Amino acid sequence: MARAAVIEKPQTLGQEVTTGNATGRHTRIALIGNPNSGKSSLFNQLTGLNQKVGNFPGVTVDRKTGSAQLTPQHRADIIDLPGTYSLYPKSLDEKVITDLLYDQAASEYPDFVVVTADASNLKRNLLLFTQLADLQLPMVLALNMMDTAEQHGIQIDVEELQRQLGVPIIPMNARKGVGVTALKIVMAQELGPPTQTFYEPTEELLPMIRQIRYYFNLHNDYLALHYAHQGDRLRFLSADDRAYLAELREKYHFDSIALQAQETIDRYARISELLLDVVRVTRAERNESTSNKLDRVLTHKVWGYLIFLSILFLLFQAIFSWAAYPMDLIDQGVAWLGGQVKNLGKGPLIDLLSDGIIAGLGGVLMFIPQIALLFAFIAVLEESGYMARVTFLMDKIMRKFGLNGKSVVPLISGMACAVPAIMSTRTIESWKDRIITIFVVPLMSCSARIPVYTVLVALVVPDEKVLGIFNLQGVVLMGLYLLGFVSAVLSAWALKTLLRAKERSFFIMEFPVYRWPRWKNVGLTIVEKVKAFVFQAGKVIVAISVLLWVLASYGPGTALDRATQQAQTEAARQQLTPEQTENLVASYKLENSYAGVFGRSIEPVVRPLGFDWKVSIALLTSFAAREVFVGTMSTIYSVGQDADMSTVQDKLRAEKDEHGQPFFTPARAASLLVFYVFAMQCVSTLATTYRETKGWTWPVLQLVYMSGLAYVLSLLTYQLLK
Amino acid sequence: MPATAAPTTTRRSVKDLRLGETGTICCLNDAEMALKLLEMGCIPGTRVTLSGRAPLGCPITLHVDGEYTLSLRVSEAATIMLKD
Repeated sequence: MARAAVIEKPQTLGQEVTTGNATGRHTRIALIGNPNSGKSSLFNQLTGLNQKVGNFPGVTVDRKTGSAQLTPQHRADIIDLPGTYSLYPKSLDEKVITDLLYDQAASEYPDFVVVTADASNLKRNLLLFTQLADLQLPMVLALNMMDTAEQHGIQIDVEELQRQLGVPIIPMNARKGVGVTALKIVMAQELGPPTQTFYEPTEELLPMIRQIRYYFNLHNDYLALHYAHQGDRLRFLSADDRAYLAELREKYHFDSIALQAQETIDRYARISELLLDVVRVTRAERNESTSNKLDRVLTHKVWGYLIFLSILFLLFQAIFSWAAYPMDLIDQGVAWLGGQVKNLGKGPLIDLLSDGIIAGLGGVLMFIPQIALLFAFIAVLEESGYMARVTFLMDKIMRKFGLNGKSVVPLISGMACAVPAIMSTRTIESWKDRIITIFVVPLMSCSARIPVYTVLVALVVPDEKVLGIFNLQGVVLMGLYLLGFVSAVLSAWALKTLLRAKERSFFIMEFPVYRWPRWKNVGLTIVEKVKAFVFQAGKVIVAISVLLWVLASYGPGTALDRATQQAQTEAARQQLTPEQTENLVASYKLENSYAGVFGRSIEPVVRPLGFDWKVSIALLTSFAAREVFVGTMSTIYSVGQDADMSTVQDKLRAEKDEHGQPFFTPARAASLLVFYVFAMQCVSTLATTYRETKGWTWPVLQLVYMSGLAYVLSLLTYQLLK
Repeated sequence: MPATAAPTTTRRSVKDLRLGETGTICCLNDAEMALKLLEMGCIPGTRVTLSGRAPLGCPITLHVDGEYTLSLRVSEAATIMLKD
């Protein structure tokens, strides 16, 4: 029976294993397994930093690919498929798997699959394995979390399991990297299909299966059965193919739901039977109590919520205070670089480089510390299993507002970025709950608003301590986040009463045991998110910064020349110093540039909110992406202001209104902050909503609703505080 | 068909379990819900323990077969019928 020694070394048994691939061959390998079976850890171990995130064709499901060096001669492309419990997809995420594995003609079709299974929870994890085995896909089973199984007193006879399952099995602990080398060696070999089958379709299904196999030229009965079950949902089938399958289902009275249920029950029976000889539990009472003890506190009716609030509070303090130090460094570095470039000489190219490109880059790089911290928090909460508890605590409350416990994760992710947050709503099975969540997610204050908040809060809120410990600016920042959250929840409630789709919403999910987060996984998440921000948002921001610089440096016809002359005449009349003259010229020029004309044309609309034409320009450019605000402001002011003032805040603070008073009064700053809390100013979010809801209705409603809300509430704020 | 057993009014469901009480699943009375529950291991004959309740009474956590924990709503638990 169970022998610890067996666990250490990889076995290849019952397989036609041939070694020796042509040098430089690229094998395509798909990684598949239950949620919480350590699949991501394994993917990270295999690929390290060689990861890419893209999309599956036609859908927005994240498609993580990477390459792994299996042996010195052999590289493999690895695709990380979404976690699933079976090959009958219940969500959009899981559908990607069947689209990939059932289309043998697909260019992405894997050469073999690596199935991850949680050894401490083997029975349920083997359900998916047996389905994949019946598809006769070449595969290897990564028997993960052997350490947890051992702690639970579960002993697994790996050799016997290998014989029973008919595929090579590598016992491992992916989180610690144990067994990865052994797995790589097996992966570098040419694997054959499994030697065992686990489920035979019943006799009366065979005529239909034969017809499907013949029609689609399939090599496998079980695959043909899945065509019958899922024909309507397989992306690669034509309308004719689907019609043919529908006809067959009709003809043979194919009851998909009953057959699926029976198949699952039969598979579990078969798995239980084969595990009798393989698994022995030595300790009857297992130490699941550590998790239970923690749950007694973390899901307690008082402590549970208090702890959740404290974690959120810590998050905001971290984003606001801890991130300030690296941000200052980056800010100063960029200012220094801009200064160095300016010292090189004069001319439009130098200006473009220092005021356009470098200033724009600064606007992007500056927010890396905050985004990294935020995603570090979210990754730790996910990795540790705490996020599932948050869902558990919040479900009933969220349901009152037309949301769902599963909306909490998208809403919290929304504080990082609405785009991945909207994508993450795919785990919500109910259409209505999902639409409502998508609709309100952009109201959560995302990291792109942090720059705007940071600059404006620091401008009008003193840097003081409240109650001795809390930073007042941090408290105000949290208030802004709360404002976003409350408005999201109230909007959801309003939408719930308007949308009258009577449809069931499912909630059931696995409650993972608590685990220490793996810092490697957290680190890779941070790298991935920061990269996405820098390269996706960053491109837009730098492009807009350059465009703005052009708009601010050139004007219609001879307007700029005339402005220069006017300014010089005016300066001569006032007997200004050369430096003052230069500033006056710059400010006249900006006012008459394309940007100035543009800003002035919408100024009447935003004047009641307390904004002038300079802010108007920033509002307009922010419609591409909010974080552009700060870059815009710095471009606008660095063009028109004294070059010595290097930071944006100083520039804003020095801005005077027509009476020579500071322009950014508390009322103006508050109005601007409120505007940024509510306004839909993100093209990427609208595009994501369009893709996820498959139409323009929801993105357009989102845009109109949020912008309307922003305008009205800003107006109220300014008029009341003025 | 286990997925479509006739519901009887006197039968207890997982929803009626007391905290810490264990029962054996007899059948699932909602065909669509059953597919998800079966996949997650709630097979007729499996022993389940009510291991926790959210502060507001819903959702609940269910320890399945002494192996792992599921979290589900009371309305979902009501479709899992228990053996007498």
